[in-house]
Amino acid sequence: MNRPKNKRYGMVIDLDKCTGCGACMVACMAENNIPFRDDDTDKLLSVSWMQVYRLSNGKPFPHAEECFLPRPCQHCEGEHGHSPCVSVCPATATDYDMHTGIVSQIYTRCFGCRYCMAACPYHVRQFNWWDPVWPEGMERALNPDVSVRMRGVVEKCSFCYSRYQTALNRAYVEGRRELAEEEYQTACTQACPAGAIVFGDLNNPAHRVHQIVKPDPAHGGRPRNPQAFRLLERLGTNPKVYYLTRRDWVRRAGDNEIQKT
Amino acid sequence: MKIDRRSFLAFVLGGAAGTALSPLPWKLTDDISIWTQNWPWTPVPPKGETTYVASTCTLCPGGCGIRVRRVEDRVVKIEGRKDHPVNRGGICPLGAAGAQLLYSPWRVRQPLKKVDGRFVPVSWEQAIGEIAGELRELREAGSPEAVAWIADTDRGTTAELIRRFLTVYGSPNFIRTPSAQDAWETALYLTQGQRATAGFDLERTSFLLSLGSGLLEGWGTPPFVFRACGAVRDRNGRFVQVEPRLSKTAAQADQWLPILPGSEATLAFGLIHVILKEGLERKPFVASRTTGLEDLRRNALREAYAPEAVAQATGLEAKTVVELARAFAAAERPLAVCGRGAGRVPGGLQETLAVHFLNALVGSVNVEGGVIAVPEPEYIRWPEPEMDAVASKGMQTPRVDGAGSDRFPLARYLLNRLPEALLEGEKPAVRVLFVSGGNPLYSLPDSERTAKAFARVPLLVSFSSFFDETAAAAHYVLPAPTYLERWEDVPGAAGFPKPVIGLARPVVAPRLATMPTGDVVIRLARRLGGTLRAAFPWESHEVCLRQTFAASWEPLRRNGFAIDESFKPQPFETASRRFEFGNADLKRLAEFRPLPAPGDPGVFKLTLVPYDSLRLTAALGTPPFLVKALESEILWKNDIRVEIHPQTARDLGLADGADARLVTPRGEARVKLYLTEGIRPGLIGMARGLGREAHDRFLAGRGVSTNRLLAAVEDPSGFEAGWGIRARLERA
Repeated sequence: MNRPKNKRYGMVIDLDKCTGCGACMVACMAENNIPFRDDDTDKLLSVSWMQVYRLSNGKPFPHAEECFLPRPCQHCEGEHGHSPCVSVCPATATDYDMHTGIVSQIYTRCFGCRYCMAACPYHVRQFNWWDPVWPEGMERALNPDVSVRMRGVVEKCSFCYSRYQTALNRAYVEGRRELAEEEYQTACTQACPAGAIVFGDLNNPAHRVHQIVKPDPAHGGRPRNPQAFRLLERLGTNPKVYYLTRRDWVRRAGDNEIQKT
Repeated sequence: MKIDRRSFLAFVLGGAAGTALSPLPWKLTDDISIWTQNWPWTPVPPKGETTYVASTCTLCPGGCGIRVRRVEDRVVKIEGRKDHPVNRGGICPLGAAGAQLLYSPWRVRQPLKKVDGRFVPVSWEQAIGEIAGELRELREAGSPEAVAWIADTDRGTTAELIRRFLTVYGSPNFIRTPSAQDAWETALYLTQGQRATAGFDLERTSFLLSLGSGLLEGWGTPPFVFRACGAVRDRNGRFVQVEPRLSKTAAQADQWLPILPGSEATLAFGLIHVILKEGLERKPFVASRTTGLEDLRRNALREAYAPEAVAQATGLEAKTVVELARAFAAAERPLAVCGRGAGRVPGGLQETLAVHFLNALVGSVNVEGGVIAVPEPEYIRWPEPEMDAVASKGMQTPRVDGAGSDRFPLARYLLNRLPEALLEGEKPAVRVLFVSGGNPLYSLPDSERTAKAFARVPLLVSFSSFFDETAAAAHYVLPAPTYLERWEDVPGAAGFPKPVIGLARPVVAPRLATMPTGDVVIRLARRLGGTLRAAFPWESHEVCLRQTFAASWEPLRRNGFAIDESFKPQPFETASRRFEFGNADLKRLAEFRPLPAPGDPGVFKLTLVPYDSLRLTAALGTPPFLVKALESEILWKNDIRVEIHPQTARDLGLADGADARLVTPRGEARVKLYLTEGIRPGLIGMARGLGREAHDRFLAGRGVSTNRLLAAVEDPSGFEAGWGIRARLERA
């Protein structure tokens, strides 16, 4: 059997549809065994693979506008897999998978130097400052497909890699080597009640993500859809998470332009 | 051998170089990182066979279809059911965190009885026996009406069992917890003669006008409403949000109209004024399917509702009001909705009526894309129970909450009036109070007064699965299993425009010594004997459920839900068979007057307006995942942050993040400030759902409950209609 073609799994999030409800965050927490602490109000110390940010257009009342921006790991491709975090990890605990385009995180290799956290321009990486502790009985709800991380390691969104493995296993048992679009979907995509998240293979013209963003392979997958954009495009990290909006100010906020004062 | 400086350095440097060249350091760092991750207290979830069970979520009145992932006998994840007509695969954050409720160590593990102010575990036998004893005594004393029962729904077999029990026992006091549906149901009854719930065909509307409804903050069935709001834009429709603050709904809308709080009804009348004055109403519909327009004309064409006057009252521009009315009337399928925030407060009846009239004027009633009267389900057809003399006499007594009385003839349930009734007289009118849904001690406004009132009840029985505020104050807690451990029929999905019945099923065996509330009712009836025993021929709630559905049980059990896809809106059931803008009942209503926020504006310069968030729950405790997901703009450490406009803060000399004292006529609280341009100056926005006294350590004792600061406000029909209270902020 021939080796399947390389995939570039990616995501499109429609910011005009996102309601900021947080279902993606909670679905992610349940799927990926995210620990919780008594006080998780300081979001810089709180572990959450998916974080919904609130953007504001900065205009005075009543012209103020807000937008909610869900931020998973951007799974940067960089140039040929040189994503910012992968290039700095001294322990090879994080790697760019050329077959799927997913940036992995191998907890047992990570020794917690946090170099990757400093390198990541999107703050997607979080450090476990504390032992994860589940209140008595609640550990029953842990998902056996995702390992529980311990104090001292960095973690981040994996595009629900365990779901990919499960789907792939099932396909192999059925004698297939290729996954259908709906067979592998992340927990946040599946949960989103507004239908704002679309997930799939950016290389596959039959997949919705490809059809929506129309990635330009000559420019690291830059979107050809004028309503689509990537966070901090000019850094050249070539992320595989795209955002859609009709609002100019949101698009500008996504590139963090320095305003002249 | 002599160790001189030279050989020592050579040894150390050589050793260092040798070690560095060997694989040892790399192997060691790798091993250390592995060793340090193998602690006995880091759980390793056991593997096992994965199965999926289809069920129905009952955590809100939505009734979404869920798909529960189990590994062996453990629930590990709850997802939305893709093939469910209501949520089509979507799920709200609360629904996604359901497993945390199931496995919460703060659940009530067995029946509890309060002895000398402390709970002691008792057997089910003893608890039911003792409560039945009290009930028997009360009945023998000839006052069965002194029993009241609060439930969060009046539909489905459990609610019917409770109502049947009360009827045969002799008490008219079944009370449903309040919601915006109270006002909508009354409005539908008054204008259309239909006893029905209001469904909103949001998916087909082309102009969605929300008068304060938190469509993206828990109003109706969230996944359905979310999908529909997104669809309005996909069809190039328009979505306008009228609300004093830039809520998540307002942020998503095409247009945000920051109205003065409490003036939504005035705006609705103002829009009616423009539509009637300019003759923009949908004439074929109005002519052929409605009557009594003169009454509305007389009311709405008054000067008080002219654009300038409305602009004055609402804080919007007259131009905006006129433009909005024109655009709304010109849209192909316009739809206006109301019910503030998540719709947990009924709001004034006149306000809902105004919005309903607005819909009728543009022909959006009982048609595709409009408000649709969804008939109450009729699958429960039990034989009429036999009642004895005590029961008949008891059922004749007026309801304790005043619903249906001469003063409040239209209301069916008025839980908001219960505290007042309990505080009256030397002995409270209610001797035994059951609470099987909602959490009135937390969710009613004016917490202090509510607590005082409930404390007067000699026997308070809670059926809560969790240690909530009401359970903590109860004399007995008879814990019900969670929705993942029991059978339950779930008729209707809030705001969904078609009749649907969902079925919740035991996904796992009950974890604790709980008992379904329906079973407790049956057991109580059996203990009491006589007509009560005879009225409950079923062994258990489950048997009752199977027999009630009879032939349709198997399909329902297999499919998990039943929907009437061919449902078409029913004809109006008024005397005229038309939609009535005016009739005798409507004429009897008190003239509409906006309800002001309680408090002296001279002393309290600001106005506190509560708002809802999907990351916080109202009655039920918020599970840890949601508390974790809560924005730091709402909760910081243990303090709630309230929203104010930067100008308001400057006037008070307060900065972002500053500690402040929030004072209202009802109480005061320590808060932190969050400055935002997304709120009208002069207002204080405060999230509902914090300040819990019970529940788990992730939630309890953090922030302040809005209900401690709010006062009860009643509209002339008896409904709770409070939207805010006057307040002031002081430097802490």
